[in-house]
Amino acid sequence: MKKSSATKRRPAKSSRSDFWRLRLYIAGQTTNSIAAIANLKKICEDQLQGKYRIEVIDLLKKPQLAKGDQIIAIPTLVRRLPPPVKKIIGNLSKTESVIVGLDLQPVR
Amino acid sequence: MPRAKPKIIRPTLAKAPTGIQGLDEVAGGGLPKGRVTLVCGSAGSGKSLLAMEFLVHGAVRYGEPGVCMDFEETEEKLAANVASLGFDLRELAKRKKLLVDHVSVERSQIAETGEYNLDGLFIRLAHAVKAIKAKRVVLDSIEALFSGLTDSTMLRAELRRLFQWLEDHKLTAVVTGEAGEHTLTRHGLEEYVADCVIALDHRVTEQISTRRLRIVKYRGTSHGTDEYPFLIDREGISVVPITSLALAHKASTDRVSTGIVALDEMMEGKGFFRGSSVLVTGTAGTGKSSLAASFASATCARGESCLYFAFEESPSQILRNMRSVGIDLERWVKKRLLHFHAMRPTSVGLEGHLAVIHQMVAQLRPSVVIIDPITNLVSASGIYGVKSMLMRLVDFLKVEQITSMFTNLTFAGDPQERTAAAVSSLMDTWIVLRDSKPNGRQRRELHVLKSRGMAHSREARELIVSSRGIELGIELKDHTLATTVAGASAVAAAE
Repeated sequence: MKKSSATKRRPAKSSRSDFWRLRLYIAGQTTNSIAAIANLKKICEDQLQGKYRIEVIDLLKKPQLAKGDQIIAIPTLVRRLPPPVKKIIGNLSKTESVIVGLDLQPVR
Repeated sequence: MPRAKPKIIRPTLAKAPTGIQGLDEVAGGGLPKGRVTLVCGSAGSGKSLLAMEFLVHGAVRYGEPGVCMDFEETEEKLAANVASLGFDLRELAKRKKLLVDHVSVERSQIAETGEYNLDGLFIRLAHAVKAIKAKRVVLDSIEALFSGLTDSTMLRAELRRLFQWLEDHKLTAVVTGEAGEHTLTRHGLEEYVADCVIALDHRVTEQISTRRLRIVKYRGTSHGTDEYPFLIDREGISVVPITSLALAHKASTDRVSTGIVALDEMMEGKGFFRGSSVLVTGTAGTGKSSLAASFASATCARGESCLYFAFEESPSQILRNMRSVGIDLERWVKKRLLHFHAMRPTSVGLEGHLAVIHQMVAQLRPSVVIIDPITNLVSASGIYGVKSMLMRLVDFLKVEQITSMFTNLTFAGDPQERTAAAVSSLMDTWIVLRDSKPNGRQRRELHVLKSRGMAHSREARELIVSSRGIELGIELKDHTLATTVAGASAVAAAE
């Protein structure tokens, strides 16, 4: 049956095991940008080991990319995968907020 | 030794014209060039439209490309909105004269995880400005940021930086803000804008909508602090300036016929002064419109044009009625010398009427304007409003050397007569018509109560309206005017 197979394929929280594509927008090597990169790497290593890819976009170099993701604040982190797209802003120093904002499952 | 006087240096401020009819006039040439102007008002007050007109006119007429960061509308919606005004945003975008960037700030999508700033916005703006070499910028409405982002301390610092950035890049900017309850804008944007603040207001009283524009501050430029009425129509915004020339207009010695030989005779045999204002008051059926029609007809007979605003009757009704008293106005309409404009007094509100009159006068450039009657406007708007509107209108027409005639229906002894007295101070000539019934015979009386600058007759004459037209009878010795308008005369004399 279609219905049951669909439910089978998507058991609760299985999406967490999907591959994570994250895009971090920065503007030059500012304190906040450097902090955001470091914070993001740490959180990803802790939570998503081997299942993520981070793309850092420096808008000073590629300003035309700001419009597409509706970037206003810097730094902004966009979760492009898994869907839905989520956006969080700030230097990612508040780990709890990052985990909630990205909808990551905390690991103890 | 004589002390050297400190020199006052007044650099003339460079202006960026908005291209909005009337606004540049009241703002001394336009908005401050290379500075930020705040335009605030409640929802629907026309601030976005003003901003867009500033941008489009800048791009089309003044060779200044513009960028619009729109926080509310998408590019498509905005294009559709202004298309109705005849602006083709897509075409302008294609020619790199205008660029719209829709900035979406949705709180539900944004979580905050630490320190940040608005560099993203700066980069987008800088990128857009660079792409079309923009000279003008619109931020509409930047206050959307306050609803999307929670760190208001950071936001305020960033706004200050943003406005500084605009000035550093010599961009002429219009920033819009929503009116607050006790402040000009909800989030106090006026704190950051030092140079020019314009407030728009949209009031609806007794179902009549009135739009007003006020220049709250304009550093380095003298500006009127008055509220200026403005109109939004298919051509966009037009502001009606209170003429700055006010009492500096040239008083003409040229005379124009009233259209009635005997009335001309009462006025030194020459009639009204060109460019003067004439008030005709009278109770119902005393011949006010007939007097106005004679004047209109005489104007057209000289080959001059006349603009007739009818607030009570339709043009066809006026034509028919006047034909019955021997005044053929139709031929002047056919010759395009006489133009009628019929409006319901309550249809657009007082300021709306004023704006329409301004527009039509600018378009047709008549030598005579007739408003028949102003009574209905009084009932719709109150005495004070009408007086200030008439003052502006009379000044405007005088500067243009246009002779104006206003009729006003009065009711014997009621407050309307006082209205006439209040309005009459603005008028150069005041003609009073009245019904009387001495010895059982119904008759109409005419009296030139005042006429500035001439030795006019003070007699009361009988006004005879017949199929041959309007004539005046001999002087009435037993006229009733002297007693009933004594109060009004005192007003006229006291001036």
